[in-house]
Amino acid sequence: MNNLLNLISLWALPAILIIVLTCGLVKKVPVYEEFTDGAKDGFKVAVKIIPYLVAIIVGVSMFRASGAIDMIANFASPLLTKFNIPSDTLPLMIVRSLSGSGALGIFSDIANSAGPDAYSTKLAAIMLGSSETTFYVLAVYFGAVGITKIRYALIIGLLADFIGIAAAVLVCNLMFA
Amino acid sequence: MNYIFYFLIVFSIIIGAINGKLQDVVNAVMSGAELSVKVAFSLIGIMAFWLGIMRIAEKSGLIEWISKLLRPITKVLFNELPPDSPAVGDIAMNFTANAFGLANAATPFGIRAMENMQDVNKDKKTASNSMCLFLGMNTAGFQLIPTTVLAVLLGIGYKNPTEIIAPTLLVTSIAFISAIVMAKFAQWISNKKEAENE
Repeated sequence: MNNLLNLISLWALPAILIIVLTCGLVKKVPVYEEFTDGAKDGFKVAVKIIPYLVAIIVGVSMFRASGAIDMIANFASPLLTKFNIPSDTLPLMIVRSLSGSGALGIFSDIANSAGPDAYSTKLAAIMLGSSETTFYVLAVYFGAVGITKIRYALIIGLLADFIGIAAAVLVCNLMFA
Repeated sequence: MNYIFYFLIVFSIIIGAINGKLQDVVNAVMSGAELSVKVAFSLIGIMAFWLGIMRIAEKSGLIEWISKLLRPITKVLFNELPPDSPAVGDIAMNFTANAFGLANAATPFGIRAMENMQDVNKDKKTASNSMCLFLGMNTAGFQLIPTTVLAVLLGIGYKNPTEIIAPTLLVTSIAFISAIVMAKFAQWISNKKEAENE
């Protein structure tokens, strides 16, 4: 089962390329011309999202540098013991929605300091693997089309993150505790 | 977005000052701005590549075929999009790429989906219900195999890293489904409000 999953993930990208290019050729699409024509937009899109990325990434960087995360962690620590959550995973829960590279860094820290057999490592792995960087996703996708009024999108993203954390704690408790 | 931006910056400065970390907060402005440009520029090449591939897939009719295949699902989820909208194919490609952990490929597909949804959006500054649903599904981060996590676990000598695949899949599915349910609920509420106002 695991080998099959690994095989699928290895072949996903090559398979897409083979299928798309072969389909193109069979349907007599000038694949090279169409490719370069479509690729032209890559630069435009990347440049277009810069202002939105700057706003979000600067804001999140400032938030992380301010020490607010430690304050929230101290504040919430009594709750953690109640739900059997190791306190070293708390910063990960907070940073997960804000910064992808930050979350990966925290996860590496936990994994390296707690070790391969620790409950924290397993819980952190599941939390990191099962979610996305909500703020980044919203900044890039809304930024690309110039939308500034995002209505309920952020609330749903954050609520889904919270449900994911709760589910991770529950599942991890059932499987590994 | 205005309040979030204000909150992130002003709140960080105040908290930073209380914690005696004001210098770090100021430095974060510089490093954050630099990082944003790095992130955007690192996207250019891979974005260009996948947008090129997508163009071939579109011209050969592949996208249309995938959209047709998924129409029973998308008709229910994205009921405010025209049934033949090209966004449906892009959304499908975005989720396929995400599911297989190809985050770099997923982003260009997702951006194309947003552009196609923007074409049928009434107010170009405000997110449509379909966009909010699409992004809700995206932020839940549905993924079949968490490749990065597995790599880190292997690195620290974790004996059987694949044992976390099943629980991760279960958790991400729960988050994914709740995102859909919440987005549809929010859509229902906002449509109801709009109808009352008219």
